[in-house]
Amino acid sequence: MRLFGKYLLILFKSQMQYRTSFWLLTFGQFFIPFSVFAGLYFMFERFGQIKGWDFFEVALCFGVIHMAFAISECMARGFDMFSSLVANGDFDRLLVRPRSTVLQVLGSKFEFTRFGRLLQSALVLAWAISQIHVEWTFLKALTLLFMIVSGVFIFTGIFILMATMCFWTIQGLEVANIFTDGGREMAQYPLNIYQKWVARFFTYVIPFGCVNYLPLLYLLGRTEGSSALYALTPLAGCIFILPCLLIWRFGVRHYRSTGS
Amino acid sequence: MKAYVSVFRLRLANGMQYRSAALAGIATQFFWGFIIIMVFQAFYSQALVHPPISLPQLITYVWLQQSFLSFIMLWFRDNELFQLITNGNIAYELCRPSGIYGFWYAKLLAQRLASAMLRCFPILLVAVFLPEAYRLSMPVDLTTAALFAVTLFLGLFILVAISMLIYISTFVTMSAAGSLLMFGVIGEFLAGMVIPIPLMPSWLQSIVNVLPFRLTADFPFRVYSGHISKWEALELIPLQLVWLAALIGIGKYAMGKALRRVVVQGG
Repeated sequence: MRLFGKYLLILFKSQMQYRTSFWLLTFGQFFIPFSVFAGLYFMFERFGQIKGWDFFEVALCFGVIHMAFAISECMARGFDMFSSLVANGDFDRLLVRPRSTVLQVLGSKFEFTRFGRLLQSALVLAWAISQIHVEWTFLKALTLLFMIVSGVFIFTGIFILMATMCFWTIQGLEVANIFTDGGREMAQYPLNIYQKWVARFFTYVIPFGCVNYLPLLYLLGRTEGSSALYALTPLAGCIFILPCLLIWRFGVRHYRSTGS
Repeated sequence: MKAYVSVFRLRLANGMQYRSAALAGIATQFFWGFIIIMVFQAFYSQALVHPPISLPQLITYVWLQQSFLSFIMLWFRDNELFQLITNGNIAYELCRPSGIYGFWYAKLLAQRLASAMLRCFPILLVAVFLPEAYRLSMPVDLTTAALFAVTLFLGLFILVAISMLIYISTFVTMSAAGSLLMFGVIGEFLAGMVIPIPLMPSWLQSIVNVLPFRLTADFPFRVYSGHISKWEALELIPLQLVWLAALIGIGKYAMGKALRRVVVQGG
């Protein structure tokens, strides 16, 4: 953990060398989800609701997912850019060091500019929480927190999976965007507005449903049956990262250097 | 003129090389299109008021957007040009016996065309045969199709002219990412990429209508789906031409000014 802190400090210092560019990028990162959110707002202004969800409920969903995405993009950027590490043969160097590869790849890149995105989603989340009709209890607040944490785990898991693919393909794959960017776009609405097969895929295969839909039902008091179960679903989302890490290990063992 | 044409052809051949990347892109765009359509369907399924654009028209709009993505996004960039400016190789470009504006314009145009040619036909072909609820409908008659083609290409020319302005701004700022990001995000929103323009509130529509961004994407697509009638389309085509002329004029002027003060970076 201390090592990770040191990695962060070094990367922060290096990124602050280009200060104007850093601020511009942070600012721009603030605006990307902002334009999407503006689109969402205008849609609700015209239609009022979407399958029985009102604006602030969807905004809550939006805030949680985008926050989770921003945090995991910040942290797991190293995995996102992993293909270059393999293609250059730089991964060999990581292997000879006496620390875990996951930690080292995590520490190899950290996008501080994503704080802009994080800030924007935090604002949306705060707005949604202040406007939504929910009686907040301690357990509910905890569930909300776990929704975000679980989202971070899922996105990170996907990034790791995609990085693992690079062991075989060497190149990065654009298809990966379906699950990261696409997953984010899709999960910003409650899952039940989609067709059944989409909702099922994103609940059982990639557990976005455990982040945004099932716990959201609990927060809004719309659950049927035992509500504790719904509150616990974000934990199930967290588990997603375990198989990803296993596959990563498998991939590392099969790694063949490209040389340099 | 001949020089520009050959630059154009070179770039086109170059762009056609990346076929596997295009395949991956197609898969991504299909997924994207489905998600967007499902969201709109969910909105429409319980709409209380009569929406200003019908659902089949909207679906057509989404598929066209996905297939002609490289015609309409500002985000599409040529890192080579940025590097030319920031690392000083622009000096070589200046030595060439052809106008730099036309040279780059041809380059950018070819790039977009190549990428669109690889991607648009497969997407269009599949989208036409999708199940009813997701199908891309055909244009009502031949004149509509012809008008669509004309407006789409004029839109492409306008878009390239706008993106030239972004490249020119790099001469001043030196950092491409920032200005590109801002331009891209705002421009795409105003072009109806996030939500179609008919669905925007009226105050925003009146802003959007005076800007050129909508002429690049929103306008041709709505001509195709018949949301904008043929006569209206004929009236708007001159507007496209005026904007095109204005943007190229501004671009050439700004470039001339930037080049006069250009400092070649490094060696």
